[in-house]
Amino acid sequence: MTTQTPARPLPRQAKMKDANRREAKPYINPYLGGILLGIVLFAALFITGNGLGASGGINRIVVFIQDLVAPSHVDRTAYLTSMAGGDLNPLDNWIVFITLGTLLGGFVSGWVHNRVKIETNRGPQVSVQLRWIMAFIGGAIMGYGARLARGCTSGQALSGGSVLSVGSWAIMLAIFGGGYALAYFLRRFWN
Amino acid sequence: MAPYAITELFGHWGANAVYLLIGFAFGAVLEMSGFGNSMKLAAQFYFKEMTVLKVMFTAIVVAMLLVFFTSAAGLLDFNLVWVPPTYLWPGIAGGLLMGIGFIIGGFCPGTSLVSAATLKVDGIFFVLGASFGIFLFGETIQYYEGFFNSSNMGRFTLPEMFGVDAGVVVLAVTLMALFMFWGAEQLERIFGKTDPKAAPRWRYGAAGAALAVALIVLVIGQPTAEQRWQRIAVEKQQLLDQRAVQIHPGELLNLLGDPLLQVIMLDVRTETDYNLFHILDARHAPVNSLSEAVPGLHGQPANTVFVVMSNDEVAATEAWKVLAAESVPNIYILEGGVNRWLDVFANAEFKTAYQRTSAQPDQLRYVPGAALGSRLPAAEPYEGQFELEFIPKVQLELKRGPSGGGCG
Repeated sequence: MTTQTPARPLPRQAKMKDANRREAKPYINPYLGGILLGIVLFAALFITGNGLGASGGINRIVVFIQDLVAPSHVDRTAYLTSMAGGDLNPLDNWIVFITLGTLLGGFVSGWVHNRVKIETNRGPQVSVQLRWIMAFIGGAIMGYGARLARGCTSGQALSGGSVLSVGSWAIMLAIFGGGYALAYFLRRFWN
Repeated sequence: MAPYAITELFGHWGANAVYLLIGFAFGAVLEMSGFGNSMKLAAQFYFKEMTVLKVMFTAIVVAMLLVFFTSAAGLLDFNLVWVPPTYLWPGIAGGLLMGIGFIIGGFCPGTSLVSAATLKVDGIFFVLGASFGIFLFGETIQYYEGFFNSSNMGRFTLPEMFGVDAGVVVLAVTLMALFMFWGAEQLERIFGKTDPKAAPRWRYGAAGAALAVALIVLVIGQPTAEQRWQRIAVEKQQLLDQRAVQIHPGELLNLLGDPLLQVIMLDVRTETDYNLFHILDARHAPVNSLSEAVPGLHGQPANTVFVVMSNDEVAATEAWKVLAAESVPNIYILEGGVNRWLDVFANAEFKTAYQRTSAQPDQLRYVPGAALGSRLPAAEPYEGQFELEFIPKVQLELKRGPSGGGCG
């Protein structure tokens, strides 16, 4: 007795359907991205008076965790106590909600465009593990610098830059200056 | 007029929802532009792909044009828009570190969030690293707080630095950005592969539109003090006429003793009068220098009450209008001015010795023989000594616009 094999789609059709489901959709044109980002930034400034930001939100989440683990230390350290001293909840701040929104928005956009994928973007000459180590180290330096400057590329360069703050433009120049200065020495890492 | 007191409008959680939505749009746009991918970000530093420059500067120019256009049109009160205060040297030092962190790690904080959200493992490591770096900062900053708080130039914009109208800087920045985009496209052609998608034809139209808006902003100009006052004249004049913002000396003394408030007293009289007598801690702030002082006043915490005073009320009312036009919150006039203050708090000997027999309006009615400044009991009366009756009028406004925090 022959078992009846169920009808299968033609191989070519199957491949196309799979590809459509898993292939990442292309990014939008940079100028269009910039216009959209500018509109979002303007909307924030216009409606709320505040711009965008990211490092401040991460800062408050870090301090929140610190406050859970070592509250008396937080109360004794001036920089931390301004955010979480006593009963103050460091998470109850607009920048934290912007940060949460950023995570959500990034995820949803990634999902819709089939770009949510566990992977490591790295230069062709570099191992995955080295990339991870450099990401952590670079992140640490970036995080430290961001709080020293009272804001990162989002808070200072982008938001402060658009309202023509002198300090923000100085910071923007310093960021690009620092990056380009070191770029030559790291060329094998990225290329 | 924008910006709005969104906590007042939508409540505490409503306001948080607004910020969540803004963040959502921010994250989505970053992701759509490819900024979840560290290779795309790093490529900027090798001139292979100038996406970072294009996105960043297009965003800055678009937001800038919209902000200054709506300000010029009287739709947005720029005084209430958060301008990050300039701390020059800590900013530059932090910026250099950020640049180094960027090229080593391949992200900035905002883009790393988006990357982590799309499960890029390098993004996740970067966020963890950034958290660690921020933690380190919190622990070490106490050892060089002096530097961290140095070179504070306050709310300081490029137009103010160059001494030109905002429109001039707006146009200059727009032109500079367009030039950089042209340069970037040349570099991409030389060092990288030119992605045809990155150069659509409509960009010329957009560039033209940007230039047009910049020129309009330049021509219309930002609102003058007079125009600012006109916008609120009717409502504010009513407050003045109803005597809603003139507070009795007793109320001022009461406010000075309130531990929950910061009181800033602006004495707008001549220097001579100020030196003859002024209330302890009152700042000398002649009316014509007031508009320069405004950015500093905006930077004060939300629990600040400003009290302007002259000898009677004439100059103080003038000053009050200037501050109201610049959207400074919680401003009040000392009712009856310094003269009334001395009426209430000076002792009998002072009054018999120094009181004038007749005085002009807004002239100091007590003339001590020497410039006493604030070295007099009447400059800092002891509240317990006096039985005062007055109608308290001060009500703290919820601060509109920035909550005085910028990025955290």
